[in-house]
Amino acid sequence: MHPFQYQRATSTAQAVAAVAPEPGATFIAGGTSHLDLMKEDVHRPSRLVDISLLPLKQITALAGGLRLGAGVSNTAAAAHPEIQRRYPVVSEALLTGASTQIRNAATLGGNPLQRTRCPYFRDPAQPCNKRAPGSGCAALGGINRGHALFGASDACVAIHPSDLAVALAALDAVVQTTGPRGPRAIPFPELHRLPGATPQVDTTLAHGELITAIDLPAFAGRSHYLKVRDRASYAFALVSCAVALEMDGEHVRRARLALGGVAHKPWRLPAAEALLVGEKPSEKLFRAAADAAFADARPLEHNAYKIPLGRNLLVQALLETSGLQALAGPAGTAFAASVGGLAGTFPAPY
Amino acid sequence: MMNPANQTQFIDQGLASDPTNRLPVTLTINGQAYPLQLESRVALLDALRENLHLTGTKKGCDHGQCGGCTVHIDGQSALACLTLAVMSEGKAITTIEGLAQGETLHPLQAAFIRHDALQCGYCTPGQLMAASAWLSGQPPRTAAEIQEAMSGNLCRCAAYPNILAAILEAQGA
Ligand SMILES: Cc1cc2nc3c(=O)[nH]c(=O)nc-3n(C[C@H](O)[C@H](O)[C@H](O)COP(=O)(O)OP(=O)(O)OC[C@H]3O[C@@H](n4cnc5c(N)ncnc54)[C@H](O)[C@@H]3O)c2cc1C
Ligand code: FES
Ligand code: FES
Repeated sequence: MHPFQYQRATSTAQAVAAVAPEPGATFIAGGTSHLDLMKEDVHRPSRLVDISLLPLKQITALAGGLRLGAGVSNTAAAAHPEIQRRYPVVSEALLTGASTQIRNAATLGGNPLQRTRCPYFRDPAQPCNKRAPGSGCAALGGINRGHALFGASDACVAIHPSDLAVALAALDAVVQTTGPRGPRAIPFPELHRLPGATPQVDTTLAHGELITAIDLPAFAGRSHYLKVRDRASYAFALVSCAVALEMDGEHVRRARLALGGVAHKPWRLPAAEALLVGEKPSEKLFRAAADAAFADARPLEHNAYKIPLGRNLLVQALLETSGLQALAGPAGTAFAASVGGLAGTFPAPY
Repeated sequence: MMNPANQTQFIDQGLASDPTNRLPVTLTINGQAYPLQLESRVALLDALRENLHLTGTKKGCDHGQCGGCTVHIDGQSALACLTLAVMSEGKAITTIEGLAQGETLHPLQAAFIRHDALQCGYCTPGQLMAASAWLSGQPPRTAAEIQEAMSGNLCRCAAYPNILAAILEAQGA
């Protein structure tokens, strides 16, 4: 790990002032993504500004919704009764992510800003335009089983690995920030960007812009998260799906759908969302929506399996959210959100 | 277990490293304060093992993938490999060396022995620290819930059935 200056922030303003003028300076919160990449020499900050002691750890009521401080841990958010009750998609996404230990350290501000898990990005000996702009993309002609179906470019086919981000995109959460140019609010679907010719830039945040909170807007519908992994627990998504459904009696009033594991950002599905509005839930309808969702998928050499997997996942998530099928476990838990086996399906020994 | 009376400690909110990137860091481990001079980049895991010779906490992967380095920070399980030592200042750290009360084993340690919940033993400190963080003061968990809560602790010897049996027994104790 390269040496760096360490500094403890005393206020949000002071944190911004410490990072903004120094191109190599970064914030550190839980450290579970940043430190990992620093050990690999993928990240080489000149200065770490520690924001973990800032008073950003509250969850408060807000105009029918909730304001989640950026420093709230994934564990605390997932266990919060109002999140469990009103936004189970959020706790389900959080609880299928990482492990108990990592969730205890990880924060709501840091989680959506974690970097891609593309193995070529994590290996400084490989070309990667995201890590070393202009060096090329080793994943394009390499092993790209985990890579993007949508919105990729010739420069980068990486996906965004966060589970929480997929749930927040489906809820149209709002990111509150403060930065060198003062405070602003960013609609969650606009926080991340597509790679284009500059895949080194993951988000629309300015250098030194600090996330202070994430707002969950008022929501009276049903929401749900489903995730498929290579193993039952403690693995990133191959494909995941967040659904937020609002009904008018028997008919869909509004549907918001987002996929994880398929693009450089949480992938909203406007065509499929539109198809559902005004309709009565049925498997046939959901199949049509899933077909629309994947109509413009562009598979690479090794990831075409994600198309049928993702279609079926979306149908399953819609069936469960609408109540046409039962959840696989209690709402708001990892057991509701894990597909294809989950930790605990192993028979107890005694 | 950590003595809460020893937990309060002055934290310099505006602390910054000098040009050599060294800092004074006082770590509170198993109830005892350890003043150290550390480079800012030293992980808590390396401070424990290399500076303090508390080698019960294991380095498996150094990247958050195995759980071997699990300790308690303010009563919650945490990975010492993905935590900077300097960011642990002012917090109550418990390591495997602090789990037993003198010669009296923690009930979970005793259950691990009874159930033969290890083979090589390399993952065992991490398994014990992970489970002991939530074992007391909680309603008992089902086998499935325990397996999900423990999925961050890998065991290359695959002692999983015995580990699960030990935890099931210890949480009833
Ligand atoms: C083995 C392993 C498995 C994992 N599995 C999953 C998984 O299945 N699903 C999943 O979603 N995640 C998973 N993760 C990732 C983990 O959840 C993230 O690393 C964590 O959420 C990041 O939060 P943090 O607070 O630790 O961020 P940090 O590592 O501290 O920071 C991450 C980035 O965000 C920036 N940052 C942090 N806070 C702010 C802020 N408030 N404002 C502006 N910038 C900020 C930092 O500068 C840094 O660039 C896994 C991680 C590991 C190591
Ligand atoms: S050494 Fe920390 S998780 Fe493996
Ligand atoms: S007992 Fe050998 S790794 Fe678990």
